[in-house]
Amino acid sequence: MNEILLIAAIWLPFLGFLANGLLSLKKEPASQKLVSIFGVGSVLISFLIFIFLTFAENTAIVSQSGFSAMFFTWINVGTLSADFAYKLDGLSVFMAWIVTGIGMLIHIYSTGYMEEEKPHFARFFAYLNLFIFAMLHLVLGDSLPLLFLGWEGVGLCSYLLIGFDYDKDFAAVAGKKAFITNRIGDAGFIIGMFLLFQLTGSLKYDEIYGFFGANSVDASTLNIIALCLFVGAMGKSAQIPLYVWLPDAMAGPTPVSALIHAATMVTAGVFMIARLAPVFLGAPEASTVIAFVGGFTALLSALIALTQTDIKKVLAYSTVSQLGYMFMAMGVGAYGAGMFHLMTHAFFKALLFLGSGAVILALHHEQDMRRMGGLYKHVKLLAILFWVAAVAISGIPGLSGFFSKDMILEMAYTFANGGKILFLLGFMTAILTSFYIFRLIFLTFHTSGDAVKKMEEGGSHGHGHDEHGHHSHHSGLVPLGWNIMGPLVVLGVLSVFGGYVGLPHIITHKTPGIVGYFDQVLSVAPSKAAESWHQHIEGSTAWLLMLASIGVAFLGLFTAWFFYQKQNKVPAEDSVKRSFFVHLSFNKFFVDEIYEKILLNPLKKIADLSYKIIDVKIIDASIDYLGKITLLIGSYMRRLQTGVTPNYALYIVSGTVVIAFIVFGGLN
Amino acid sequence: MNGAEIPVSYVIVLTLLLFSIGMLGVLTRKNIIVIFMSVEIMLNSVNLLFVAFSRFWNDLSGEMAVFFVMAIAAAEAAIGLALVISLHRKFHTVDITEIKELKN
Repeated sequence: MNEILLIAAIWLPFLGFLANGLLSLKKEPASQKLVSIFGVGSVLISFLIFIFLTFAENTAIVSQSGFSAMFFTWINVGTLSADFAYKLDGLSVFMAWIVTGIGMLIHIYSTGYMEEEKPHFARFFAYLNLFIFAMLHLVLGDSLPLLFLGWEGVGLCSYLLIGFDYDKDFAAVAGKKAFITNRIGDAGFIIGMFLLFQLTGSLKYDEIYGFFGANSVDASTLNIIALCLFVGAMGKSAQIPLYVWLPDAMAGPTPVSALIHAATMVTAGVFMIARLAPVFLGAPEASTVIAFVGGFTALLSALIALTQTDIKKVLAYSTVSQLGYMFMAMGVGAYGAGMFHLMTHAFFKALLFLGSGAVILALHHEQDMRRMGGLYKHVKLLAILFWVAAVAISGIPGLSGFFSKDMILEMAYTFANGGKILFLLGFMTAILTSFYIFRLIFLTFHTSGDAVKKMEEGGSHGHGHDEHGHHSHHSGLVPLGWNIMGPLVVLGVLSVFGGYVGLPHIITHKTPGIVGYFDQVLSVAPSKAAESWHQHIEGSTAWLLMLASIGVAFLGLFTAWFFYQKQNKVPAEDSVKRSFFVHLSFNKFFVDEIYEKILLNPLKKIADLSYKIIDVKIIDASIDYLGKITLLIGSYMRRLQTGVTPNYALYIVSGTVVIAFIVFGGLN
Repeated sequence: MNGAEIPVSYVIVLTLLLFSIGMLGVLTRKNIIVIFMSVEIMLNSVNLLFVAFSRFWNDLSGEMAVFFVMAIAAAEAAIGLALVISLHRKFHTVDITEIKELKN
């Protein structure tokens, strides 16, 4: 019975996709109420089923094998077998709650946000439901092929939703960029999967865990496998060097940015590492690489976020940066901390994105923070919720982000291979994070500027990347309905209290709850396996680290307040020349341009050459020559056709003679 | 059987000559009626060959074939001459090189 429920929970969003997909094919826009019921309802029921299953199958879920359900056989070739079978264990139930819970909130929010999009309403919800379906396969599949199916499925949905306004050039281009960048990562992922299959002879998690439980494997083999798999994670979870697609992905509607490009899909790489804990925990060198890639990604994207003026771009780079933190945690073997940050980040970043969507919607699709300010007076509740999320992400104590970030920083500090450098990277990122997020808050909600006035004056500044509605009048804010504010309030509550599952050990003198949880449910207890990776530190050092990170959080808040509130600075217009470092940061360190120069242009040249030489000169030309020769022969043969009958008779006779000669002459 | 037999090789040479004359006539003459007559010569050269070998092998089936050919040649002559008449009606000429309907 519960097996059927689990399968139903996973396939319900697919039914939602079918229903909304069919509705979107109708000529006249389908009833929004109907689409909302299918779209939200399917995810809501799925979420409720997961809650029910969590309690009904509690003991099975926290056990090693988990609660599993077999749907149907998929691949069965030789020794490789992969089925549509699902595994609800401690890790996947954690992800399923986040995916369906936050997914449901964002679906509700979308019913308000997309209201103006009458002709595309059903299509939007069809894609969102398909995304939830794919994401559930990613987290709940019981084998790597099923994970990969979900992995590609969410990639497809991401592509479709980034390019949702496919008639706009930048959206279509951004969608393509995301898709192609992810393919690079997928190549690594597939190779990693092959190598793992070669090693263990199976791609089912239970058999992989069993293999690692029974055999000890050489670290050098695991390093290679782990690195290949990490290349896949780099693509999906936007790490250096494949992070470039995520900021561009903001071309999609804001709920998409919140759901796919902040809370769920981009954390798939982190989840994958936790899922294959025995591989990564057995590969210390690869893990060190992962930690450092994460650290540098965190710092680089935080630096870029400092000067962005598009509200969604700030949040996009912030997401890349926070994902960097998660990979830093996974790299140093602090899986509990990484998954903890994944969860808290899902809360506060979804809140930030949905909040920014509300701001954008209220301001008639204005995304430029230079044209905002003073919104606090108009939308108090939204401003308060934004403050909650900002305090949470900046690491000010008491809210969720503080606990998870502090745990990561401490684990990074104790890491034996260059932990001090990692800590420094994370620490600098923490200052920057606090600064850019409060900069965003002050520029948007405070300062003496008045967004409403600016909007009425400016009128036609609607060059944002998220323009949807076409409003004929620009007077006043667009009112925000309950379906927009409701999910925000829920996420606000979660952002406040979400951190209390992982109180620091220096306060409680116990292993933080969430770390203990993941030690219990993962096939290899990370804190034990990675114990030798860490040095012991005194409690006083831990306190010092914590106080330092609290200090920098307030420092960032104060600096942002000083510049943008007290001195009333507004980032310069695009026409004004910027100082060198601001120029560098504003232009994203020219990474896109560098990629273009060193990768894209040579590739284009090679493609151009092979087109001009191989295709045009060899393949096309040889076909052309065949035709030309035929034409040439024809131009001579044509003269034989005189129309004079005796000539034809002559041909017949001479033909007969030749044939006779061949046939009878051969007899001799 | 009386007197000396004409050797079959003589007849073959004669038929070859007749056939070649007929063929050359078909290929070189311009008048359709002459071409038609040349075709008849070719047919009759073959008939002669049939008869000669029929005697050589003492087998009557060769002569039977000759009757068939003669019957068909008669039918063919009727149709052929009718065609010539309608050609003449249409093109007002019996010169085959003037009629170039096979081109274009």
